[in-house]
Amino acid sequence: MNLAEFLSSPNTLPWLIPAGPLLAFAIIVLITNRGRLVPAASHAYEDHNHPGYKGLFVPVVTDWGRVASIIVGLSGIIAAWLISLSIVGQAFAKQDFGKKVFESGFEWMSLGAPGSGFHMGVLVDPLTTIMLVMVPLACTMIFIYAIGYMAHDPRQARFFALISLFAGAMLTLVVADNLLLLFVGWEVMGLCSYLLIGFWYEKPSAYKAAMKAFTTTRVADVIMMLGIVYLYAQTGTLSFREIMYNEEVLAGLAGTPAILFGSFGLSAAGLIGIFLIIGTVGKSAQFPLHVWLPDAMEGPTPVSAMIHAAAMVSAGVYATIRMFPIFEAGGHPHEGILTAPLIFMAVVGAFTAIFAATIAVAQNDVKKVLAYSTISQLGFMLAALGMGAYVAATFHLITHAFFKALLFMASGSVIHGMEHGQHHVHEHAGHGHDDHAHDDAHAPAVAHAAHGHDAHHDDHGHDDHAHEVHDDHHFDPQDMMNMGGLRKTMPVTFVTFLIGGLSLAGFPLITAGFWSKDEILADAWYGITNGWGVHALVFILLATAAFLTAFYTMRQLGLTFWGEPRTEEAKHANLGQGVVSATMTLPLIILAFFAVFAGFVGVHPDFPILGGIFSANGIPFKNFLGPTLLVKPELIPFSIVPVLTSFVVGLGGLYVGWLLYWRKPLVAGEADPLTRVIPANVYNLLKNKYYVDELYDRVFIRPSQAFANAFAYVFLDKRLIDGFLHLIARVAVWIGDLFKVLNLWLIDGVGDGIPEFIAMFGRWFRRIQTGRIQQYLLLVAIAAILIALVLVASSGVLVQAAVPTP
Amino acid sequence: MSILGIDILTFLVIYPALAALVVLLIPSSAGKQVARYAALALGLVFTALTVSVFSQYQLLQINDPQAQQLVSNTPWFTVLGASWHVGLDGISAAMVLLTGILTPLAIIISFEIEERVNMHLALVLFFATGCVGVFVAQDLMIFFLFYELSLVPMYFLINQWGGPNRKYASTKFFIYSMGGSLGMLLATQLIGWSISQVPADIVSAAQATNPALASYIAGRPSFDMGVISALWPLLQGVQGVFLGISVETVKALAFLGFFIAFCIKVPIWPFHTWLPDAHGEAPTAGSMLLAGVMLKLGAYGFLRLVIPFFPDVWVAPINVFGVIQTNWAGILAFLSVLGVILGAFSALAQNDIKRLVAYSSVNHMGWVGLGIAVAALAYGQSFLTGAASDVQSAIIAANGAVMQMFNHGLSSAGMFLLAGAIYHKTHTRDLREYGGFWVKAPIYGTIFIFTSMASLGLPGLNGFIGEFLVVRGAYPVFTVLTVLAMIGLLFTGSYILKGIRAVLHGPFNMHWKDYNLEIEVREVIAIAPLMALMLITGLFPNWILEVINATVTRMMGG
Repeated sequence: MNLAEFLSSPNTLPWLIPAGPLLAFAIIVLITNRGRLVPAASHAYEDHNHPGYKGLFVPVVTDWGRVASIIVGLSGIIAAWLISLSIVGQAFAKQDFGKKVFESGFEWMSLGAPGSGFHMGVLVDPLTTIMLVMVPLACTMIFIYAIGYMAHDPRQARFFALISLFAGAMLTLVVADNLLLLFVGWEVMGLCSYLLIGFWYEKPSAYKAAMKAFTTTRVADVIMMLGIVYLYAQTGTLSFREIMYNEEVLAGLAGTPAILFGSFGLSAAGLIGIFLIIGTVGKSAQFPLHVWLPDAMEGPTPVSAMIHAAAMVSAGVYATIRMFPIFEAGGHPHEGILTAPLIFMAVVGAFTAIFAATIAVAQNDVKKVLAYSTISQLGFMLAALGMGAYVAATFHLITHAFFKALLFMASGSVIHGMEHGQHHVHEHAGHGHDDHAHDDAHAPAVAHAAHGHDAHHDDHGHDDHAHEVHDDHHFDPQDMMNMGGLRKTMPVTFVTFLIGGLSLAGFPLITAGFWSKDEILADAWYGITNGWGVHALVFILLATAAFLTAFYTMRQLGLTFWGEPRTEEAKHANLGQGVVSATMTLPLIILAFFAVFAGFVGVHPDFPILGGIFSANGIPFKNFLGPTLLVKPELIPFSIVPVLTSFVVGLGGLYVGWLLYWRKPLVAGEADPLTRVIPANVYNLLKNKYYVDELYDRVFIRPSQAFANAFAYVFLDKRLIDGFLHLIARVAVWIGDLFKVLNLWLIDGVGDGIPEFIAMFGRWFRRIQTGRIQQYLLLVAIAAILIALVLVASSGVLVQAAVPTP
Repeated sequence: MSILGIDILTFLVIYPALAALVVLLIPSSAGKQVARYAALALGLVFTALTVSVFSQYQLLQINDPQAQQLVSNTPWFTVLGASWHVGLDGISAAMVLLTGILTPLAIIISFEIEERVNMHLALVLFFATGCVGVFVAQDLMIFFLFYELSLVPMYFLINQWGGPNRKYASTKFFIYSMGGSLGMLLATQLIGWSISQVPADIVSAAQATNPALASYIAGRPSFDMGVISALWPLLQGVQGVFLGISVETVKALAFLGFFIAFCIKVPIWPFHTWLPDAHGEAPTAGSMLLAGVMLKLGAYGFLRLVIPFFPDVWVAPINVFGVIQTNWAGILAFLSVLGVILGAFSALAQNDIKRLVAYSSVNHMGWVGLGIAVAALAYGQSFLTGAASDVQSAIIAANGAVMQMFNHGLSSAGMFLLAGAIYHKTHTRDLREYGGFWVKAPIYGTIFIFTSMASLGLPGLNGFIGEFLVVRGAYPVFTVLTVLAMIGLLFTGSYILKGIRAVLHGPFNMHWKDYNLEIEVREVIAIAPLMALMLITGLFPNWILEVINATVTRMMGG
């Protein structure tokens, strides 16, 4: 095949989608390895993320290298975006798309006889197409945003290299036609998130969060790998089309008892499904492996947007959507017959949705609220998928990606603005002006309280070197208690944040979040009307979680933007002028558009008025996505109950939030109104995230470290095995010495010794023959006992006594 | 194909020894640099030779598939039945290539040695003779000879140029390996002699189907691996083969001799404790070769000798404590999984960077052991019953084991190179004294993370291929053990992250303020080929897997 053919065919073109960002990564890494040395304590290097070191010179990428990195990185992702658009266009135009797909592949590993090797390939089916609409767009926005956000970081070039790799890995995962290539993208993203969460690696909190993220997701990944190899062993392939679009294979998987727990009625499909879902539980931060995601906020904010919206966690849910036919195999969710993996997903998802939503209510860090909100919303998707609501889950994945990317970048703008304000205050204080304001900024007790949450982290490392870490001024630019009134100085951020927030809260009719959430609730309600228990559980938990979502969103908006500035920093918070401001604002506006309008592709045809406008020929989103599956998902009948529920929980939560945080905005020094509403111990429990981190530290981390040190290394290797070896060595040496001595004695001694020995024996024998009767008797007795013992032992009496015969 | 009238494989074996001699003969008055560059040039010629042998093998295999290529067979000890018989198959071709790649890189790293330069370089070269000899040997005596020969240069490298505890480490390494070899020597003799007891009718029946037996005369002792692989398993139920002992006992004894020797070499848990000491104390070049090549001798021995010689012993039922029904394949799988898990935990417990990397070898070679166990089980089953239950899994597992051998050779050599690079500059191996080096050494940091990730088994880099294939092959066969081995895989991540964290992350330790911590150009040159191979093998494993797979598939009869 020549190059022109390769480039013109939609079957082969998908290979090039991840190529752009991956190439960008390679180029940036190779061109930026020559830097200039700057003093670490200078302005060019030092800031609150990079401690200055007196007298140390550090290599920093040159300015042209930094600009080149930005250009290369941006070109890579834009190339990916354009190619994606071209493929998306061709997919929309294709007749019978779904039954027919774009795909190409080659033999990647020869295993066994010719033809039975492993094939690697790319696939674009409707699900991939939808992801290709969302992922490159969101990634491009994040890249643009990062130009401004990271403008003052000396390691911006590395940042662009890493997010390029991140985007490349995500796009690889999306276009993969098999589970193994998906896993490659999956794990490379894990590496990128590790490196990016720990981007400011001098900070213990950052590298600890990075290690936590990598280790926690790895727990899930190794189990997922079991699922992959099991599926491969069972079916002989990992190709999505060959497994998911093949009734025989699915029936075979559902009909075979599982290799483990098979006697409990679990099918191979069930066990594979559970293994694979555990992978998603880790990647998409579901309970009990959710702990890494909030800490992942240590990374620069564009990374948070990348992890939380465009890539990492979406990849987890995407994988479950992709694997859905396996989970479903043997059951029939539309008729209420749920398989073990589906129930597992529904329960984990619904529980996580409400669990994380309650934690989000009591967080003061602007990004942590969003982090828990992500966990909660991902729970919505998994719960939906667990009920068999394939379309609703995918729909929510896409709308969530848009509004969550928006929210993270908007919160990044807020933080950036606050840092700007902090800088302003610091400078003025430094010149002796405005001392009062400076003290004020340091004084509020609330500002200090926010620092408490990291103080309990145990320091496993050894950070007691003689280093000079920059003082962080005791001011947290991410603490919402330090904010307030930002709408005045940051209007664009406010409006876009508001749009994203309302979409997250599910503000009725005009936001994308409303439509996707409503669809999930509609599916759950359909189950309830048929009397299915799992659906009822999901409905109740998700409706409550949706209420809490609306509430904490309103709380966040109120604390951040409403009222009057509570600190001097907040008063001066803004994005400034120029490139930084423009690159950080533009993506917000574009994403705000999608956060509103992305929802109208999924309106139920029977929805009053709007259904006729948007879905005259059936739901467009569902019509397009449906053919991904062999058996198209059925349209559930419209019901007004879930719509009303969505209205009530969305508006209700917003109203309660308004009551507490908007009607009478918080003023400086005042306690969180929430503490007046709920008991203090409950509030603390939520604020401390149910103490899950502390629990894991006690139950898993410390014991495994103790096991590694005390048992595996010191006891087994050092004491037992080496002890045994040393014993043998000592015995060998001892025997050697013995031979040496024997040589002296025997060879040298025999000549002189025999006459001497005879003489000695004679003297001894004379002593025995002393005629004392007692001595004779004693000797006889000893001899008799010895003989008796020998007889008894040889007759087998002892053996029989020891082993009772039956 | 021959060079100077000597066939190419024989030349490949002799060449490094000659090169070593040349380096030794360079007068010290000529200066250290002369010896270094001479050794490097000679080493690069060796690499070129191995690459050419590898590609010749590929070509021959395409045109005329045979079990062995480039064979040369000359009578040696005719009375004993030993001959100078060398040949190459896919597994040995991969291993020869690995030796060829690592030798000049170890020489480049040896440039940092300042004392007795010529001797050090000569030993590095001489070591290659031992390893290549093992990999190409088709005769048990030759195999044993080179197997022992490879010990000698390594002993002196550790003993003379090692760290503070080198005497203990080198003695432990040498005695332990020799102890294992002792049993192997006895087993070799036992097999070579008792092959003559195979009844003539069985021999002639086998000769009809197996070309390897063409020149064998019934009733003669033989050390030819092809002959032994074909005939020795057929020796069944004969009494008094050796000192009146039953043939089953003889086989079990011979099996144990090989099994323990190779377990020590691989190393399979619990025979591994020599390794952290030897690796930790060895000079950087020594560690690279020790981890990169020497450990593979053991795994290679399993694949080349123990599996084909003892198919019936591998699967003979064993009752452990009257409770667990298993066989030797199951025992090897169990010990390998213990190595995977406990190796990872022990690595996590280290505060010495070289010992941490050393324990990672225990962890990684455990996967090789597991793959071998799966292959041995299937090989034994198909020998006994004519068909194994799951041949495809066994082929995949064996492929995985060989891939893991090759990949571990690349990544562990790279890790030791990097550990040595930082030790060379700071003169400490204590992780607790490092910290935040990424600030001052960004290139070193990036290379360190790249290599660590290859070692961790990140998909997209080489380490993953072997692990994935072994897990895939082992899962249907040793399901519970494979599930348990995942604990090891998890903690592999933990110790790798511990290493990265201690060296690169955290606040910069100002003690090293005035040290140059950045990687040197020479070290970059040495690790760049390894990194390139790690990436290429991770992305397109088939360049080497194809070669390995053909041999493995033929061996497993798939």
